[in-house]
Amino acid sequence: MKGLQIVVLGSIVPDPLQTLEPIVGPTGPALKNEMMLPAVLDPWAGHALYEAANLAKKVEGKVYLVALGPKAKLQQVMMNVAQKVPFEIVVLDGPAGGFTDAAETAKALAAGVEKIPGLDKSKLLIFGGWQSASRGTGAVLQMVGELLGVTDQFQGVDEIKMADDGSFSVLERIEGGSYQQSSCQGAPAVLGWATGSLPEPPNNPQVGMANMRFIMPALQKATPAPLAGAGLRYQSVEVPSQRRETRIVKDASVDDIAREIADWIRA
Amino acid sequence: MTETSATQVPDGALPEGVERQRMDVDIACVGFGPAMGGFLHTLSQGLMNEDGTPVAESKAMPGMPPQVICYERADDIGFGVSGVVTKGRGIRASFPDLDLSQIPLATEVKHEEVVYLLDPIGASRRPLIMRLKDAFLRAVGLAKNHAYALPYIPNFLRKEPGFLLSMGQFNQWAGGQIMGQGLAQIWPGTPVAEPIMFDQVVVGVRLQDQGVDKNGQPEAGFMPGMDIRSQLTVVADGPVGAVGRHLDEKLGLPAGNHAREWAVGMKMVVDLPEGCELKEGLVLHTLGYPEPEIFGFLYVYPGNIASLGIFVPSWYDSPVRTGYRYLQHWMQHPYIWKHLKGGRMRSWGAKSLQESGRKGEPHLVGDGFARIGEGSGTTNVLTGSGFDEAWTSGVLLGVSVLELLKDGKPFTKDNLTRSYVRRRRESWLEREARAAEKARDGFQVGVIQGFIGMALAGLSNGKAFWPGASKKPHERIPSLEEFFRGRIPIDEIAQIRKECTHKGLPLHGALMDRLGWPAIEFDGQLLVSHQDALLMGGKVQAPAGYRDHVTFKSRNVCKACDEKVCIEACSGQAITTNPDGGTPLFDREKCVHCGACIWNCSKPSPQGGEGANVSFQAGAGGLHSAEN
Repeated sequence: MKGLQIVVLGSIVPDPLQTLEPIVGPTGPALKNEMMLPAVLDPWAGHALYEAANLAKKVEGKVYLVALGPKAKLQQVMMNVAQKVPFEIVVLDGPAGGFTDAAETAKALAAGVEKIPGLDKSKLLIFGGWQSASRGTGAVLQMVGELLGVTDQFQGVDEIKMADDGSFSVLERIEGGSYQQSSCQGAPAVLGWATGSLPEPPNNPQVGMANMRFIMPALQKATPAPLAGAGLRYQSVEVPSQRRETRIVKDASVDDIAREIADWIRA
Repeated sequence: MTETSATQVPDGALPEGVERQRMDVDIACVGFGPAMGGFLHTLSQGLMNEDGTPVAESKAMPGMPPQVICYERADDIGFGVSGVVTKGRGIRASFPDLDLSQIPLATEVKHEEVVYLLDPIGASRRPLIMRLKDAFLRAVGLAKNHAYALPYIPNFLRKEPGFLLSMGQFNQWAGGQIMGQGLAQIWPGTPVAEPIMFDQVVVGVRLQDQGVDKNGQPEAGFMPGMDIRSQLTVVADGPVGAVGRHLDEKLGLPAGNHAREWAVGMKMVVDLPEGCELKEGLVLHTLGYPEPEIFGFLYVYPGNIASLGIFVPSWYDSPVRTGYRYLQHWMQHPYIWKHLKGGRMRSWGAKSLQESGRKGEPHLVGDGFARIGEGSGTTNVLTGSGFDEAWTSGVLLGVSVLELLKDGKPFTKDNLTRSYVRRRRESWLEREARAAEKARDGFQVGVIQGFIGMALAGLSNGKAFWPGASKKPHERIPSLEEFFRGRIPIDEIAQIRKECTHKGLPLHGALMDRLGWPAIEFDGQLLVSHQDALLMGGKVQAPAGYRDHVTFKSRNVCKACDEKVCIEACSGQAITTNPDGGTPLFDREKCVHCGACIWNCSKPSPQGGEGANVSFQAGAGGLHSAEN
């Protein structure tokens, strides 16, 4: 099927290994020094974006990234992401810390999708992360689909195969390490990606230059999405506990390593 | 690691069906730091006329404004390293309405101290005159907490009125301002391998190959480094940048100049303990400890946060000059520790500083290129200031490039000399660099002579100094036996070397223990292992698909090397002892790209020249903290 419009929903998260400390800010829970932390595209959304670009290349489609996050941070992160694959962007200037209400976030994202010029829902595939590195509700993507009237939804997707007639099959992760294969007659559909199978593309300056022609104007035209969070109340907020012990053991056998990992899991 | 260094895949050896891509721009820029910030800010301000038309048309894309692209090696523009104290003359000229509250961690300088630290342990290597001085200070009761605060700070060292900055946060802020104007693009995560040169003309840069193994051989996803052709290449990749050093190798330095003096700056950003008495805006500089040659700094940011660290210079001739352990001993000096105890490390990092200053100035311009920033010799080695000088050099080039664009003149050596070099020679930057040029020559003779020389140069505006002839870095480094003569017997050194090599450990730990330096008692939050500092502080990472950027030119030279200073001085423990002997091991994923290995090698390059046996090229990854 030619002319697919693949819309990837994705935002930014703190760069890996950063020290995250929840605090209570004037508008509710937040991460300490969040604006000072370096950010990256949410890795789950990254998988979705690279799969989208790969698919778009095959079907002569077009990729859009709808990103909800602080405009200044998005601008900085895009200088990395934009070198990877071709896409156009819709920027929604709002919080990206993971403490926002899922329904409110979904509403803002759905509105962002609706604003894409020439949007044709009969050719629309919504891609996103099955999970997120900043929030794990797994709900936003589904709600965006519902708000846009897209009822064919797949979660934990690792593969999509598109037929010439526009129908496609997907592999979804299910319990027990197995896959469920589903067939769909065609767009519109929502696909929440697991990791897919594509590596991160190399940086391509030509792709970056081409993307920038759309990204900078989009950043300048960013729509505010303040997400008031009315009615949302957090009982408590904490980062997952971490325990790290560094040891250097040379010449350990595979059996010993496996045994130690098993003991650690049991503990 | 092989004897022949991993290199770019040449055009003739590209896999079948793979072509090297080429892109044309007008101005290709290498490295984003304060110098490039000054250049791109100035250029962006003047590139468009008031009526919205560009001051010149792009030659690469006719009909468009000049296309300006900047490539930064690090994965983010905020991953630079330096706690900055500056008078900020150049910055304030660029931003007359500068509001420091808009830049995280920035604040005004409110109080300055210079403190001489005595040795509370008795393990440092102090000359007799220093030991006598210490005894005197103690005897007359002037040494409180084993420290003596200088009653007077000479003007040449003063930074008031000035401000404190985090390099990372400033770069993020400046980069945001520049990109927001939409006239220059800054692409991080893009190491530039080398300039493209025809004879002595630079016509652009070649990016680093991607999708290769550690030896540079193509793997899945191979993409040969793209050629970026440009009218002008602006080189601001710092003192250890691949493009700047390639130009130095090809063109040499102007007669009489050399870049032989270095230092590694290793630092932390620390959450000070609750109730800490240090006040925002404090600037504290130290000398005398943990070794007389090692300087320290502590700056207090807003929010009870401090930026602190030490400089280990190339004229500290120890072949086991480890930055990390010395940093921990410095932090635990009673005068410092009383403020830090109970604090928590937020960030950690290291970089090499080019300490030759004006003497290390390369050819500033040539046909198709211009150089700015630290790699162009802007650091003032008398005032210990480099940030504002780097920014100003960028501004001067920006003004000059705008002038040439408006006049429709090409970026030839002559035109760049008449515009940029002339402006630089007429600026305060040059005037002050000249006064500082010989300030540190005395350190070539000894540490006391170095301090006297600095004072003479500072008080006489450079007219007086203590002379000292410089040596190539590898010529300075003595053998372990020579350095520890009279302190550790030769047999014992041999035994320590044997045991450490067997265990795959560097030597500095065992040798410092032997000399009486106490073991570091880790507290898990501020005093942590070197590896934990990489993870907790530096957040060091490296993307897959790039070759090893540190290699050794001759395996036999490494095999015969008893010092292996590269291992001892490696800021990230990325270069480690090979238990099998021979060439040290290199772990790309731990490298912080400080470049200390370039000047911490005691063996000359087999190819001759100024260099040593270590080859350091452009690589991806490194620090991922934006607070340094």
